[in-house]
Amino acid sequence: MPSQPVDFANDLKADFNADFAAQYDLEIKHAPDAGGHFGQFGGRFAAETLMQPLQEIEDAFFAAWADPAFHAERLDLLKNYVGRQTPLYHAKHLSAEAGGAQIYLKREDLNHTGAHKVNNTIGQALLARRMGKRKVIAETGAGQHGVATATVAAMFNMECAIYMGREDIRRQAPNVFRMKLLGAEVIPVDSGTATLKDAVNEALRVWVANCEDTYYIFGTAAGPHPFPLMVRQFHTVIGQEARAQCLAQAGRLPDVAVACVGGGSNAIGLLHPFYDDRDVRLVAVEAGGHGLKSGAHAASLAVGKPGILHGSLSYLLEDAEGQVQGTHSISAGLDYPGVGPELAAMLEAGRLQLDAATDDEALAALQLLTRCEGIIPALESSHAIAAGLRMAAEMTPDQIVLINLSGRGDKDMGTVFELLGDQIDGSVQDGGAA
Amino acid sequence: MSSSRLNALFERCRSEDRSAVIGYLTAGDPNPELSRELLLTLAAQCDLLEIGMPFSDPMADGPVIQAASERALAAGTHIDDVFALTRDVRAAHPELGIVLMGYANVPYAMGFEQFAERAQAAGVDGVLLVDIPPEEGAICDAVLRAHQLDRILLLSPTSPDARIALAGEHGSGFIYYVSLTGITGADMGDIAEIHDKVAHIQAATEMPVCVGFGIKTAAQAAEVARFADGVVVGSHFVTTVAMADDPVAALQEAAADIATAVHQARGGDAG
Repeated sequence: MPSQPVDFANDLKADFNADFAAQYDLEIKHAPDAGGHFGQFGGRFAAETLMQPLQEIEDAFFAAWADPAFHAERLDLLKNYVGRQTPLYHAKHLSAEAGGAQIYLKREDLNHTGAHKVNNTIGQALLARRMGKRKVIAETGAGQHGVATATVAAMFNMECAIYMGREDIRRQAPNVFRMKLLGAEVIPVDSGTATLKDAVNEALRVWVANCEDTYYIFGTAAGPHPFPLMVRQFHTVIGQEARAQCLAQAGRLPDVAVACVGGGSNAIGLLHPFYDDRDVRLVAVEAGGHGLKSGAHAASLAVGKPGILHGSLSYLLEDAEGQVQGTHSISAGLDYPGVGPELAAMLEAGRLQLDAATDDEALAALQLLTRCEGIIPALESSHAIAAGLRMAAEMTPDQIVLINLSGRGDKDMGTVFELLGDQIDGSVQDGGAA
Repeated sequence: MSSSRLNALFERCRSEDRSAVIGYLTAGDPNPELSRELLLTLAAQCDLLEIGMPFSDPMADGPVIQAASERALAAGTHIDDVFALTRDVRAAHPELGIVLMGYANVPYAMGFEQFAERAQAAGVDGVLLVDIPPEEGAICDAVLRAHQLDRILLLSPTSPDARIALAGEHGSGFIYYVSLTGITGADMGDIAEIHDKVAHIQAATEMPVCVGFGIKTAAQAAEVARFADGVVVGSHFVTTVAMADDPVAALQEAAADIATAVHQARGGDAG
């Protein structure tokens, strides 16, 4: 195994495709103010010990973003390592099932590592390397961000530790094994509710004590400035590609763009490039759990109120005294009580519409997409599919619903098997497989 | 401007050529009833008491104070209890400095106006909100000032001169210097480095500089007390209470040890 870090900057692929790079708009649009505020949301509500390290990341990010060499390397990796661009797929059978609008799927599940998360970890790992950090840490819920972080850490030959709630480790065993196989240390978090929010708390604590040599690869478009802006910028490749692909394939923009929302990274990545296309409705689908009235859900935007957690001011599920509430979702990746501040600002500005899908609806959407298109979506993405199907059903065949298929469902097979295994086994026997 | 009680307290310590004794406990740990007795016990040994407001997600705290927060919340501690406990401590100790310490979301959920009003009525002198740095002070500074509550700001080993100046500009009461880059209850950093940084901050600001995070023994408290304007001990007291069969007696002893060490720190060798 090579132990020498490879100098990628001097090793750009000879076949680096200028046309590929040219499709992306690198201008930072709808930027927050200098303090990272999107309207009243966002900011940098961090302990003093983190203020200087965060400032250093902000400075490094803006310097990198202005440096063509950074983008040359980043986009080269996105093309030749991640496999971008990802396809936009006209799901004709799913559209027929909906019986209304045409459904197009942005296939982020086809990225290397199986989800959109790697767009961000490539960018932040490059930043960490520019800053001279040797170790990276990350929090993870479903394990997709953990896997994406462990993957780039393996490639960049960096030490890597992933913090993950004990409950999520149980739910997402295959991803835990993948991370370990990639050489990362997976550290269980038992505090609080032992899920994603507690993993963030623990990663922040560890980072505070080790910021000299350690970079924290934050996994969603939330947290203290500059993370919401930076993570958004690394993910806008999703929406920029989808916008151009939709124009090329259908000759027009979609009527609706739909994405699931936990912290909001795939949503902001898909939706933000449509921000100024005023005729495109932007819809965020939250985890409805057992239903929004049940109290067992993760719908921060729909049910929460503004609050301060993990470094920024945004919508938060909390009790009357500001104690953060436990959340519930069938999908670990949406099981988070907060949400990115820019989505909160877009909601307040009337530029974002909300929807929710319950556990059952997500599970049904997963089965439907699998059966009619041969695509097994992640449980997170299945929420967007469920809501997108409902919307499409009420639209006309000349209209377009664009759905972000943010990840593939392999990691969820354990959960799905627990819930559906008997039925599926039964159908095999009925079919006379034996 | 600063609360007259905090000013008087640090003035008194200066005239006695000693560091202020500052103790921390989480309100409501392990339950509101016993917490009252513990806070009163600790207050009797201290110049200034930091009363922690329990929070579900204490990001800057180590396992000890996280557990204290969890115990307090599990025992049904509400913000009303925090104010009630504070009022009782104030009634028993008119001269004591009292600072409420915690995370932004608790006062934010209540509304800073109401929070400040109730804190002032309960006899609080200052408020330390770990996750509201000077840059985000717009959401609370004016309201706290209007209720004569000092805004206690933190500085850390990673704070450059520009941030020291910022804390001097926006903070009041005293500067809380975090002696290590880490969470509460970790091991104290190198004493010579702490001394240098504290001296540097003392030269740059008019406010007293108190040192906390990681001070666990009377000997460490004494070392810090030689140069700092105040010595903060928190996790050590929380652990003492959590481990003891008789928490009140154990806390009494631990607090007396720390207080004695701080009181005698400069008399012993500095004269």
